[in-house]
Amino acid sequence: MESLTIHILLEEFMRFDVLSWRAASFFFTASSLHRASWQKTQQMRESYNNMQILSQHLLFRRISRVSASLVALCRRARRGRDKGALCSKNSTLHPSNMLSRLVIVSASGLKSSGPLGAGLVQASRSLHTSSQSLAPVPPLPEKGGKVRHGIFPEEIFQLLYPKTGVTGPYMLGTGLLLYMLSKEIYVINHETFAAASIGAVIIYGVKKFGPSVAAFADKLNEEKVAKAQEVKDLAMASLAQAIEDEKKEQWRAEGRSMLFDAKRNNVAMLLETNYRERLHMVTNEVKRRLDYQVALQNLHIRMEQEHMVNWVEKSVIGSITPQQEKESIAKCITDLKVLAKATQARATA
Amino acid sequence: MADRPVPVVEKRLMDVKLGELGSWLGGRDFTPNGIISAVRRGHDRYYNKYINVKKGGIGGVAMLLVGYMAMSYLW
Repeated sequence: MESLTIHILLEEFMRFDVLSWRAASFFFTASSLHRASWQKTQQMRESYNNMQILSQHLLFRRISRVSASLVALCRRARRGRDKGALCSKNSTLHPSNMLSRLVIVSASGLKSSGPLGAGLVQASRSLHTSSQSLAPVPPLPEKGGKVRHGIFPEEIFQLLYPKTGVTGPYMLGTGLLLYMLSKEIYVINHETFAAASIGAVIIYGVKKFGPSVAAFADKLNEEKVAKAQEVKDLAMASLAQAIEDEKKEQWRAEGRSMLFDAKRNNVAMLLETNYRERLHMVTNEVKRRLDYQVALQNLHIRMEQEHMVNWVEKSVIGSITPQQEKESIAKCITDLKVLAKATQARATA
Repeated sequence: MADRPVPVVEKRLMDVKLGELGSWLGGRDFTPNGIISAVRRGHDRYYNKYINVKKGGIGGVAMLLVGYMAMSYLW
């Protein structure tokens, strides 16, 4: 593609009349497809799609740059310098931002929108090496320099206005045209009619489809900007959320002391419980041992008593002789008889 | 009006008087670097004025094409 472009340009240099028109129309048709999307993307300042756009555009840039530089080198070197000194008032409008090093080679659409610069970084900003460092990047101007009839910059009209009024430049154009025609500097041949018809078609196309193409391009640009803005907003929202969370964590950290107090209380309670449990255990054990001793002593006393009683009974019963037994029985009988007589006497009395 | 005398070659073209034109031309930088930087400057000026805007018109590119066609016809 690149060599083809160079080849076409070289040929074009050699044949002025036919091929200049053909090449111009070729450029127009071939690159008109690129116009709507290309002009937007190459002017878009996207900080997040930096590298992607850069890589996409590098190829196009090289092609256009070679073609443009070959075209402009011999002519612009002369004109550029003069132009640089002529339009002094326009030179300080925009800083040299070195956004892209290519000249647009396609033309279609009356309006094309550039990037909206607020907060977005240019694609090749990182390559900027001049001492100027403008951050944040200033937004792009809304409209370009005024151009009348699409090809005459407004400055010419302003230049001639003081001397010749409003119709000055038109009279100049007419005069030049008639001069070139009459002196046969411009020869009318078949190419003239071809040029006229091509011009008519171009003008008709631009007038008819210009606004719609411009609106479409604007819409594309808006979408891109909206996407980038959305990314930015999302990032800002997440960062703000992170700040909120951090504050909340700090607030939580303030409650640390209360947490530690509660934990201290818990531990103290555990210790207290443990201590009391052991106290209880100690008292219980001691009481048990003392009860045992008490029971032991009681047992001793009881056993001694019973043993003594048994022994006394046994000895008493053993000491009762049979003689004593008879005497005691006889005594008992006499006592009983007396008693019986007493009760009988009492009963009848 | 002028704060200090400026050497001729540093003036802009519109400020150069007609008699100084020769010395002005003689003092300009014609090294390849100078030529390329001049081309660069011209390109940047044109680009920033007509193309690198939010709502460009057809003028920016149309002027280039028409100028190219005219130049190639005349030269």
